Amino acid sequence: MSEVTADTVGSAGPAEVPEVELYHAHSWITKYVFCQDAKVIAIQYSLTAMAIGLVALVLSWLMRLQLAFPGAFSLIQSDNYYQFITMHGMIMVIYLLTALFLGGFGNYLIPLMVGARDMAFPYVNMLSYWIYLLAVLILVAGFFAPGGPTGAGWTLYPPQAILAGTPGHEWGILLMMASLILFIVGFTMGGLNYVVTVLQCRTRGMTLMRLPLTIWGIFTATVMALLAFPALFVACIMMTLDRMLGTSFFMPSIVQMGQQMPYSGGSPILFQHLFWFFGHPEVYIVALPAFGIVSDLISTHARKNIFGYRMMVWAIVGIGALSFIVWAHHMYVSGMDPYFGFFFATTTLIIAVPTAIKVYNWVLTLWRGDIHLNVPMLFALAFIVTFVNGGLTGLFLGNVVVDVPLSATLFVVAHFHMVMGVAPIMVVFGGIYHWYPKMTGRMLDDTMGKIHFWITFAGAYAIFFPMHYLGLLGVPRRYYELGDTAFIPPSAATLNVFITVAALIVGAAQLVFLFNLFWSLSRGKESGPNPWRATSLEWQTPQTPPGHGNWGKELPVVYRWPYDYSVPGAERDFIPQNQPAITPAG
Amino acid sequence: MSVIVVFLAVIAVIAGWWLSQQQLMAKPWLNVNSIGDIPARNEPSVPLAQVGLGVFLAVAGCLFALLVSAYFMRVEIGPANGVVLRSMPIPAMLWVNTGVLVLSSIALQCADIAVRRGQRDVMRDALLLGAVSALVFLAGQILVWWQLVDAGYFAAGNPANAFFYLLTGMHGLHVAGGLIAIGRTVAKMWHDMPTARLRVSVRLCTIYWHFLLLIWLIVLALLTGWADDVIVICRALVI
Repeated sequence: MSEVTADTVGSAGPAEVPEVELYHAHSWITKYVFCQDAKVIAIQYSLTAMAIGLVALVLSWLMRLQLAFPGAFSLIQSDNYYQFITMHGMIMVIYLLTALFLGGFGNYLIPLMVGARDMAFPYVNMLSYWIYLLAVLILVAGFFAPGGPTGAGWTLYPPQAILAGTPGHEWGILLMMASLILFIVGFTMGGLNYVVTVLQCRTRGMTLMRLPLTIWGIFTATVMALLAFPALFVACIMMTLDRMLGTSFFMPSIVQMGQQMPYSGGSPILFQHLFWFFGHPEVYIVALPAFGIVSDLISTHARKNIFGYRMMVWAIVGIGALSFIVWAHHMYVSGMDPYFGFFFATTTLIIAVPTAIKVYNWVLTLWRGDIHLNVPMLFALAFIVTFVNGGLTGLFLGNVVVDVPLSATLFVVAHFHMVMGVAPIMVVFGGIYHWYPKMTGRMLDDTMGKIHFWITFAGAYAIFFPMHYLGLLGVPRRYYELGDTAFIPPSAATLNVFITVAALIVGAAQLVFLFNLFWSLSRGKESGPNPWRATSLEWQTPQTPPGHGNWGKELPVVYRWPYDYSVPGAERDFIPQNQPAITPAG
Repeated sequence: MSVIVVFLAVIAVIAGWWLSQQQLMAKPWLNVNSIGDIPARNEPSVPLAQVGLGVFLAVAGCLFALLVSAYFMRVEIGPANGVVLRSMPIPAMLWVNTGVLVLSSIALQCADIAVRRGQRDVMRDALLLGAVSALVFLAGQILVWWQLVDAGYFAAGNPANAFFYLLTGMHGLHVAGGLIAIGRTVAKMWHDMPTARLRVSVRLCTIYWHFLLLIWLIVLALLTGWADDVIVICRALVI
């Protein structure tokens, strides 16, 4: 690996950025509150996302309590149950995962990993966070509005979403729409930043093929989100108009409580198309950053270069492109043309190819690696098995004939929680344990981390693995209460209690994580600049946590890719990206 | 959804072409010590803001492609529940507005040329003309809405009406947003910003204005039924 290519330059001069262009905070408020520094914005995004995520976690507890002990809790009525389902789904998918991966990890890591001082448009970046916060607050306001938040399900299908009888049809649905529209506006502002920063602000020597896979994942996911969120935006605007002005975009002529409503001529299927045109890419908007981060965690903690880097990049881009032509596999039960079903089943199954390439490459990276079972590594490994698990049931559900009978059962719930609930959350935790030392200068406590990991990992399987069997039995999802049903054996109720107990324990285990976050802030072991002995640029900053402008006076120059681990003949078992090769004497 | 799929296919071709220029076949693990062809100073050949605008235009284009897709899907469904999708009458005012928007675009193009030649006075006049004509366009659009509502074509009356108001409204909002950008550019001019730095701002406004004109022409062709023949041909090609 010490061979030198033709265009060797020895050591190159650093890239310089005129100091005047950099944002400077002048007061406490502009440094910590209305701050334009991407690192601060990242932490603001992350804390807000985690806070609203906790709300969604409690909602899932309430749903599980109802399913295990139907009727035992007077505060959970059927209306509340549907409101909990809706808010839990929407918060987890959009306000937690999307915001945390792109707003949190994206903001923190993009400038540092590409060797930039900050995002391309810091002011717009700051606006992005504040609009996101406003969206979250409006969403939360739904809980306090008359009638409560909407209970239309996270897919918000019309016509029921705006008909009387659906909880929150008066205020809840409008607040949800307003919140989503704001979220999308805010995200677009952030997304423009992430894309332009990756495209234009890379430091000298940082070619695209030297980007860490984390950046490839976040970059591709951002491009996808920029193109997919407009579909949700359009759907939200049209539904708001239907609800407020009485237009008929989605509303067919319909009789409500014996009364003919003024709507006529709208198409509910149109909403489904628009929603899932956003909804399916959304799965990969959450998954691609996870793919990227996991690749880096595995390579670093197995002290081995990533296997098949180019293949990994191509797979990320390929998955991103393919995910735009599979949306209708969420609509097999909407009565579509069988030929359409065939088309979408085919494209869906094709996605398994690049995804499988990634999984093989992760496993081959681990093969004969010097595996350190640090907490981030544990979470990365948990991601791989969980994602494979959820992906395999996806192969079942991607086929029309299998999907149709399973679509309304808990099998689907188990599938999507495995693949886009548990798996990405594992990466979120892994990423936080990995980069926390860079953010704070201190390590998270290892023992607490391991307790957190094992309870979360084993607990998540205790929750969702049995759910597959319930689904195969035909236990329906979305039901508030099962009652006495001939085909559901009494053991299903016992299993439901078991799942609920597991869910309560897993939820409580997150308190260990939260405690760890705050405890380690002052009591954690000092980490030094590069505790994991990693190669990528963010670990090479002159200060930890990185100071204003990230790099001191001179920007780093990149001489190599970010996966030079255990290079034969090298002094250490890692070579940072900004370290030039020793030119042969003479 | 064929319109949005075609739109995204175009984006994919552009992205693919760009990616193909990025040495995706390079083997980074062998390529140690070269620093590539990224220039030493962080002054990219294209201004950051222009790349940002390019990405934004892709997003806005996506938004309109989705609206048009939705419109087509509704048309394809045909007379659902006995409701025929009637086309709205096209008020003559709409043609006047179109003319004004074309004028606005031309004015901005002149401003762009003027700023490149360093003629600040011409640029100022052209910018103001562009801004005023865009305002007139917006006022004209509101007048059209008012005329239609007066004639009994309410948004709630028929999905075609609703689509008319939605498409024109969304376009109008984008024009209004562009006016803020022009306003900021004019403000910069007033504060005696050097012509070289104004150049980027004027350039971006001009690109955005041409984009808005293009979107408007597509929307107009759709709403007036001009595009019907094209749609029939495209559908024959797709199926």
